[in-house]
Amino acid sequence: MKARVHVMLKDGVLDPQGQAVAHALGTLGFQGVGEVRQGKVIDLDLAATDRATAEAQVREMCEKLLANTVIERYDIEIG
Amino acid sequence: MKAAVLVFPGSNCDRDLAVAFRNAGAEVTMVWHKDDALPAGVDVVGIPGGFSFGDYLRCGAIAARSPITRAVIEHTHRGGYALGICNGFQVLTETGILPGALMRNAGLKFVCKPVDLTVETADSAFTAGYTGGQRITIPIAHHDGNYVADADLVARLRAEGRVAFTYCDNPNGSVADIAGILSENRRVLGLMPHPERAAEPAHGGTDGAALFRSLVGALALA
Repeated sequence: MKARVHVMLKDGVLDPQGQAVAHALGTLGFQGVGEVRQGKVIDLDLAATDRATAEAQVREMCEKLLANTVIERYDIEIG
Repeated sequence: MKAAVLVFPGSNCDRDLAVAFRNAGAEVTMVWHKDDALPAGVDVVGIPGGFSFGDYLRCGAIAARSPITRAVIEHTHRGGYALGICNGFQVLTETGILPGALMRNAGLKFVCKPVDLTVETADSAFTAGYTGGQRITIPIAHHDGNYVADADLVARLRAEGRVAFTYCDNPNGSVADIAGILSENRRVLGLMPHPERAAEPAHGGTDGAALFRSLVGALALA
């Protein structure tokens, strides 16, 4: 099974990289760009064949390694 | 007094840290990250600066899940001492031994220069060689030293006197100018500045030497 994890900084955590990207977009002439926030996408190829098992596994991976839950939140897509 | 210095792939301040411990009188063993136990009788574990595992995923994240780090977590749970410098501080927050997190510098630049710090507390084995409020100069060299903690945590760290060092002129956006913090039992210190790089006259400054002297002295008596 394939899984995709999106890791983003939690709301309220300042994202200096996102701000720099927003600034650069403005420099390039893109108008109307509000806040920009930058995150990570992690793709996983799993041996698990059922959705629930895969999701439970990936959730544990996120809690233990893939995200730092002090500052980051994550979303999991399965399939 | 026995010190162990961890070595991860990408550590680059491990030898400097070992020299600083040795010059202060400690017996030092280097410990490879794949080992799953610390040498017997270790009093303090040094987690050095560098770029463990290439800073992949997040700074310190992979090192924090290494076999040796499990042994360090158990060591601190037993009341053992640990000192994490720069990447070592990042490893300590990633393990949860120290609270908060270290993010990309607010200015987005790698900052490498001597900075002035205020010693916020002399009440720890690490800082007993200084006086509270003393101003010292120690080099920093990091890209991800922006200490992040919510208001409750900052208030708690301050109330419990666990902010060990603050920056006089904040170089990285750290909340409340925090440069280093202590664990609840005051036996674990994490800091971004490099005291081992200001520990002998040839370094251009010796303000970091007192940290190693007081730590080794306190543990030799214990």
